[in-house]
Amino acid sequence: MPPVPIRVGLFVTCLVDLFRPSVGFAAVKLLEDAGCSVEVPATQTCCGQPAYNSGDKADAKTIARQVIDAFEGFDYVVVPSGSCGGMIKHHYLELFADEPASYQRAQHLAKRTYELVSFLADVLKLERVDARYDGVATYHDSCSGLRELGVKQQPRKLLASVAGLSLTELPSAEICCGFGGTFCIKYPAISDRMVADKAADIVATGADTLLAGDMGCLLNMAGKLTRLGKDVRVRHVAEVLAGMTGEMPPIGARRPEHP
Amino acid sequence: MQPTSHAFKENAREALGNANLQKALTLMRTGFPERRTAAIARLPEFEALREEAKAIKNHVLEHLDFYLETFEQQVTARGGQVHWCRTPQEARETVLAICRRLDAKTVTKGKTMIAEEIALNDYLEENGVTPVETDLGEYIIQIRKEYPSHVIAPAIHLVKEQVAASFRATHTDLDPDRVLDEAPTLVAEARAVLRQKFLAADVGITGANFCIAETGSTIIVTNEGNGDLTQTLTKAHIVLASLEKLVPTLEDVSTILRVLARSATGQEFSTYTTVSTGPRRPEDTDGPGEFHVVFLDNGRSAMLGTEFQDMLRCIRCGACMNHCPVYATVGGHAYGWVYPGPMGAVLTPTLVGIGEAGHLPNASTFCGRCESVCPMKIPLPKMMRHWREREFEKQLSPAAYRYGLKLWAFFASRPPLYRAATALMTRLLGWVGGPRGRFRSLPLAQGWTQGRDMPAPEGRSFMSLWAERRKNGEAA
Repeated sequence: MPPVPIRVGLFVTCLVDLFRPSVGFAAVKLLEDAGCSVEVPATQTCCGQPAYNSGDKADAKTIARQVIDAFEGFDYVVVPSGSCGGMIKHHYLELFADEPASYQRAQHLAKRTYELVSFLADVLKLERVDARYDGVATYHDSCSGLRELGVKQQPRKLLASVAGLSLTELPSAEICCGFGGTFCIKYPAISDRMVADKAADIVATGADTLLAGDMGCLLNMAGKLTRLGKDVRVRHVAEVLAGMTGEMPPIGARRPEHP
Repeated sequence: MQPTSHAFKENAREALGNANLQKALTLMRTGFPERRTAAIARLPEFEALREEAKAIKNHVLEHLDFYLETFEQQVTARGGQVHWCRTPQEARETVLAICRRLDAKTVTKGKTMIAEEIALNDYLEENGVTPVETDLGEYIIQIRKEYPSHVIAPAIHLVKEQVAASFRATHTDLDPDRVLDEAPTLVAEARAVLRQKFLAADVGITGANFCIAETGSTIIVTNEGNGDLTQTLTKAHIVLASLEKLVPTLEDVSTILRVLARSATGQEFSTYTTVSTGPRRPEDTDGPGEFHVVFLDNGRSAMLGTEFQDMLRCIRCGACMNHCPVYATVGGHAYGWVYPGPMGAVLTPTLVGIGEAGHLPNASTFCGRCESVCPMKIPLPKMMRHWREREFEKQLSPAAYRYGLKLWAFFASRPPLYRAATALMTRLLGWVGGPRGRFRSLPLAQGWTQGRDMPAPEGRSFMSLWAERRKNGEAA
């Protein structure tokens, strides 16, 4: 009799849902290949971070409760984003610090919630993936994943097992790209300069591919690179690890077969 | 000084177009972080020291009344005097009264951010006392009539050509054809000019890195030794301090000193660590005739017991601004007041009001690098968020932004409606932008698309595709 699979609830994140469903399907494939059964609760929308970081605690709490309800019964909750993962794992606890009943539920959720790549590497102890990608990639460490969740070695370890891929380090990998959620809306000129510096660093590595684990940063960096006319393929790390790069052109790239 | 924090956006725009500033910032962007990383790598117990340092300051904040009183008793016992000042005006008047009583014409100043906070130089000048800054950076900005852009490197916004030009314009008695193209020649010239000022000064004013309750001593750390001359040659030494500086014992200071310079400049230790205890005693060969500590509150005690209390652990090392990607892009002056960067984004609203400084806690990507390097482990992003909460409650953020947020929250808290709306939107945007893969311009995202493209959505939302696959039995 096969073992009972781990039941994973996938928190898709609003940016993957809106901009890049491929990342969601790559996450599903990675999780299923690793022996998990994956479900996607239909009542999820967003983690609530835009409200939380704008000082709108009431709306942040409403949305957080919705997430807590939606992901009640799973063994684990997996998120293809360090930013949304950090929100659920750390900030829900702060949000409900003065509401014991909600705090307890938030804590229960936080304990089971992981960013996708760290879940694969740290929880499922995945050592390698069965994927191929021909190229030289550089990797940007998204801030929340790096500093709130300790995502640093996990993507590098798994990327090392991708056939055909070589990884070259980005010198400023730990410096923010300037996305910052609502920051890029409130201070676009500063955000633009930050991502210009980042783009220059990326180009200087000579890599033909840029990978990261957060759609926000990826949209920002891809948008700058295409505007500058730089030929760097930008993808979410999950797409490469799942070996699903053949199905969709890189972020921001022309799509000849578009219906 | 009049804050211009309300004009942060305009200040930032100007900073982005200032070529000298951008050149100076490029130099500092990697310098400080690399030196800090190297210094910490040489000290395995650094993390443990951070915890100890934090615990020391938390202990003081929990027993502030005791340590403030003990400090005053000890200062008094050694012949000095503590002046408690609630407001900048009280502090300015206290300093001026001492200068007048001693008939002081000039005062030399070591580095003090409190003096900037109370705009002391302007006040002294208006009242006939000439202040002379003796820290090289402070001296440079004084002759340029500017204010510090960084808490430990006040002139970091300048390149050396600008400094040379200012020296030529100010030191007009020197040979106009002298060569001033390297930093050492600039330092030598400042040293020669300042030496005369030290000898002529009547009163010396310094800041304090620490006020030690146990001994009634104050400590400053410098790399130029200017603090020593400032205080030993004069009729009176006036120390400007605030409650962040208080520590129980010399032993505690030694713990915090081990994280201070490493966090600030990446040095193991600052070149000079100067302990000042009381005025000159009869058996001393030098030292000031009088010793005064002007203790400024300026709203700090109101932070106690609030979500901003942790900010009072700050030791002004500057690590947060050295590592802040926003500071590295716009520099310190854009923040519009004395304290820039992440620590300023938390402290400035307390000291000048959130109405004036509302931008500062918003001008952060919450990348968390400041908190990760803060030797006192101050949760800076969390406190910026607390300011944003207060702004939201008071409806201080722009109306369009608040309505946009409300509209988004309305949809995000109604999953079926949200799914329908996003499915429609992704189809529309994917259809329009899909073939090119990106938008060069988008009506509601002009700020974004001015300098970069907006990648186009794939064309279907994940949730709609997933529902479809489930229905077709593909993913069951």
